[in-house]
Parts: sequence; C-alpha cells; structure tokens
Amino acid sequence: MVRDRSLSARAWNVCLIAAMALAAFGSLAPIIHTVAVSFSNSAAAAGGFITFWPRGFNFESYRKIIEDPHFGNAFLVSTKRVLLGGAINFVLTVLMAYPLSRSSREFRARHYYMWFVLFTMLFSGGIIPLYLVVKYMGMFNSIWALVLPGAVPVFNVVLLMNFFRNLPKELGEAGLIDGAGPWYMLVRIFLPLSLPAIATVTLFSIVGHWNAFFDGLIFMRSVENYPLQTYIQQLVVQLPPEYMDSTNMDLLDKMSDKTLNAAKIMVSMIPILAVYPFLQRYFIHGIMLGSVKE
Amino acid sequence: MRGFQKHYHLMLLPGIALLVAFQLIPLFGVAIAFQDFNIGLGLARSPWIGLENFKYLFQIRDSKTIFYNTVFISGGKIIAGIIVPVTFAVLLNELRAAAFKRWVQTVVYLPHFLSWVILAGVLIDMLSTGGIVNRIIASFGGEKIMFLASNDWFPWILIGSDTWKDFGFAAIVYLAALAGIDPTLYEAAEIDGATRWQKMRYITLPSLATTVILLATLSIGNILNAGFDQIFNLYNPLVYASGDVIDTYVYRVGLVQAQYGFATAVGLLKSVIGFVLIIVSYRLAYRFANYRIF
Repeated sequence: MVRDRSLSARAWNVCLIAAMALAAFGSLAPIIHTVAVSFSNSAAAAGGFITFWPRGFNFESYRKIIEDPHFGNAFLVSTKRVLLGGAINFVLTVLMAYPLSRSSREFRARHYYMWFVLFTMLFSGGIIPLYLVVKYMGMFNSIWALVLPGAVPVFNVVLLMNFFRNLPKELGEAGLIDGAGPWYMLVRIFLPLSLPAIATVTLFSIVGHWNAFFDGLIFMRSVENYPLQTYIQQLVVQLPPEYMDSTNMDLLDKMSDKTLNAAKIMVSMIPILAVYPFLQRYFIHGIMLGSVKE
Repeated sequence: MRGFQKHYHLMLLPGIALLVAFQLIPLFGVAIAFQDFNIGLGLARSPWIGLENFKYLFQIRDSKTIFYNTVFISGGKIIAGIIVPVTFAVLLNELRAAAFKRWVQTVVYLPHFLSWVILAGVLIDMLSTGGIVNRIIASFGGEKIMFLASNDWFPWILIGSDTWKDFGFAAIVYLAALAGIDPTLYEAAEIDGATRWQKMRYITLPSLATTVILLATLSIGNILNAGFDQIFNLYNPLVYASGDVIDTYVYRVGLVQAQYGFATAVGLLKSVIGFVLIIVSYRLAYRFANYRIF
C-alpha cells in the first residue's frame, strides 16, 4: 500500500494509536487499580485516593491471606476441582468427539447419539431440577457435585468433533489398512494431530472450573468445602443484608478492609494470569475451530 | 469396520451416562413445575396442581418487571456487544504497527477470562461511594453517585461492564474476517483514488456485514440470558426493580425461598421460549448467512 504522508493522515494515525492505547489501558485499569489497593496501607486505602500506585506500600494484606486458613483451604478446593474436573472434561470430550466425528456409514448409531447430545445442549431443565438431582444423589459437600454435573462440556465436544472431521480422510484409511483399531486410531493418530484443538478446549474447561462459583454456593453447605470463587463471593462481593439500606452504604464502605479484599481478588486471579500466555496462543485458533465445514 | 461399532458405543458410554444423569433426569424433573412440590414428599408424592404455578406467574406483578429487565439488559448487551467490538476491530485493523497491534489485542482479551466474582469485587470497590470513580467525580465538584444502588444507573452499569469485559474477545471474530479481505480490493480502490474513509466505508464495513448479521441473529437465541453471574454478583435489593432478571429471580424464589415448583415453572417457561428462539435464530442464520452449526 502507498503510505500517505500528508498532515491529516498523520494526525489520524496519532489519534488511532491514542484510541487503541486508551482501549488497552481501559481494559487493564481496574486491575492495576486493584493491585495498587492491595499493596497499600489499609488506612490510606480507606481515607486516601489511590489510583494506580500503592500508598504506604506494604505486604500486610498478603501476609494476612497466607495466615487465613479458610482462604488457603478454598484455594486448595479450587485446585483440586480444576485438576479433577479438567481431567474428566478432557477424557470425556475426546472419547465423545471421536465416535461422533465418524460418518454415519462408519458408525451407524451416530445420528441418534448426535441428536441426544444436541438436545441436551439446547434444552435444559433449569437450575432447580439439577439442584434436586444433586441433592437426592447425596452429593452435597462433595467435590463430585462440582465436577460431575458439568462433566461433559457439550460445546467442546462439538468443537473437537468438527476438528476431527476436518482432518484428512486418508489418515483413517491408512490406519485401517495397517490394522489399527478404533482406540489405537484415536490415541495414536487423532490425538497427536489435534493437540492445538485439545489444548484450547482443555484451557477453556480449566478456566471455567476455576471461575465457577455458583455450584459451590448451592451445593456446598459449609465454608470449608467452598471453592475459592465461592469463598470470595461470600466474603468479599456479597454485602450483608443488614447494610442494604442506602444510609449504611457509607458506613460499610469505611468498615470493610479494602486492601485485604483487593489482595484476595488478586490472589484468586493468579492462576488465570498464569495460563493466560497459553490461552493467548491457542484460543484464537480455538475460536475458529469448527467454523469451517465441508 | 463392523467390529468397530461396539467400541464406538463404549467410548460414548461414560459421557452419555453422565448426560443422562445430569441433563436428562433433571429434564424429567421439570414435572415439578406442575406440582405443589414438597422436598420431603419428593416427585412421586407431591400433589399435582396442573397449571397453577403458571397461572400465578401471569398474575403477579414481578413477572412483568423481570421479563422487561431481562430483555432490556440483554438487548442492550447484544447491541453494545456488536457496535463496540466492530468499531474496535476496524480501528485496530487500520493500525500499521504490527507489534503494537498485537500488544493491544493481548491486553484487551484479559478481562474476558476473569470471573464475574473477581470483576464484581473490583467494580464494587471502584463504584462505591468512597471508591475511585466517586472520588474523581467529587474532585471535579460533582455529586457522589451510588451507581450500584440506583435504578437509573444499575442496568447501564451492567451493560457497560459486560461490554468492557468482552469487547476484546468478541473482536477476534471480526479481526479474522478483516484479515480475510482480499488486499487487491484496497489496491484497486487506491488506484481509483479512494480516500482512507472511502476504503473503510465501501470495502471494510461491507466485508464485515455477513459476520455481523450472523452473530446478531445467533444472539437472538440468548435474549433471555441476561448474564446471571454478573447480575448476581453486582445486584442488591435496592436495584431489584431494574436489575432483577429471570435467572436471578428463579434462584431467589426457588433456592432461597424454597418455592421449588413455582421457580421450576418460571425456569421451564424460559427454557421453552429460549429453545424456540435458538431454533429460529439458527434458521435465520442459515437463511441469511448460509451458516450451519451442526
């Protein structure tokens, strides 16, 4: 393209860069602000004006978090849930995507399974019946209540299925001629070829598990079983109802330990920030998965 | 090949079993929408009351409010969720500096991966009467605003913060569409003496039209999902009048007040309407954008 070097073109470029920088800054600002609050002195945070740099820099809040047994416990529950739930999601996604990716000539019952899977994806009974099912199964307070109801991420299954379908047909045929069975074919041929797709859906499921709070809230009946997001929801986000009339909002504001809350929020963000580079790498690819069809 | 069938069934078995347990059985559970359900008596012995729950739903005044709130909030999110990412993608696409472009993109995705629990914690702190936003307003001599306690502000806070969280992620699709535009179109336009504005108006925007129409149609199916996680973490009784939506209402009535039958009826009605809307939106997407999901 020919570069336009006129004054108006340059002014436009400067505006553009400024606008984009502003968008980027706007996306980060609330998080930077929270970091600044978390490292501030709690008196300064309650009385002063913290923008993007801490006042009275200290690690006090983080020290308090380390000493808080409930927080550490909730972090542990969440970690367990991510590992267990992520593993279950991974295995089931792969196991379901592969047979469903076969043509109905290769797998005659494919059609029926597909309809069932899509039906469950589009139609749900809502939260109350699920709550009752989990209750009657006696899974309250158990980690299984957090991982089993969402054990089959149907959307991921459809994504991976479409990815498998778009792999060259010759692969399967070559495998057949060499006498590979379906399990061998899945594990040794399809899986290695689909690593980016599998990484994407697995990362999505990990992030989903880490971020989920609602199931913890309704299925866990005591604080020691809360995953981290539920714990934060209950102790940081939710305002106690007695403060709910507007005259008390100011009081509440002064009472709550802003810096400690900010630090809790930051710590619960760490795992997401840790996988973020990987998310970055894979998800653009991932979101385009299954968008191309024959 | 013939021998593969049972292996395919075997691969699908665990996933299907879990879908049956946590999707299909709860679906039969919607029967309690037609009962005066008592958790001690269970599904088998609770009295059947026909359509009483639904009749009640149409009698109470809450229904109109929550339906209106749901459609208003999610409609606002859909509209802003198209305009902002499209604008952002088009502007970002105009940038020449590749490294800066990539950096901006990386940064604006981040909020998408953070949970609403975390972001609500951040927002509640920032928007509180002693928070940074009100301090800035005060330093300009303005009146403090109770954003999260005011029915005038609350829905707009929801729409705004949702757009803020997701515009970067939503822009991926548009950026991909923009990357697919044939560069010779721009070259031809330049030879014809087109200005930057004309190129944008007659090449860039029309190239995005299909994607925009497609995503807009698909979002019709989501109009009753106003975003439970976000609203649940940000709302309080003061803003029920403007922020209470179907999902939050079902949660409070069903799980907090234990009116299981009635809450299930509300949820069921929502599921049925949502199901119909999704089918309609897929049809429309197929018709107008030649897009097929399955």
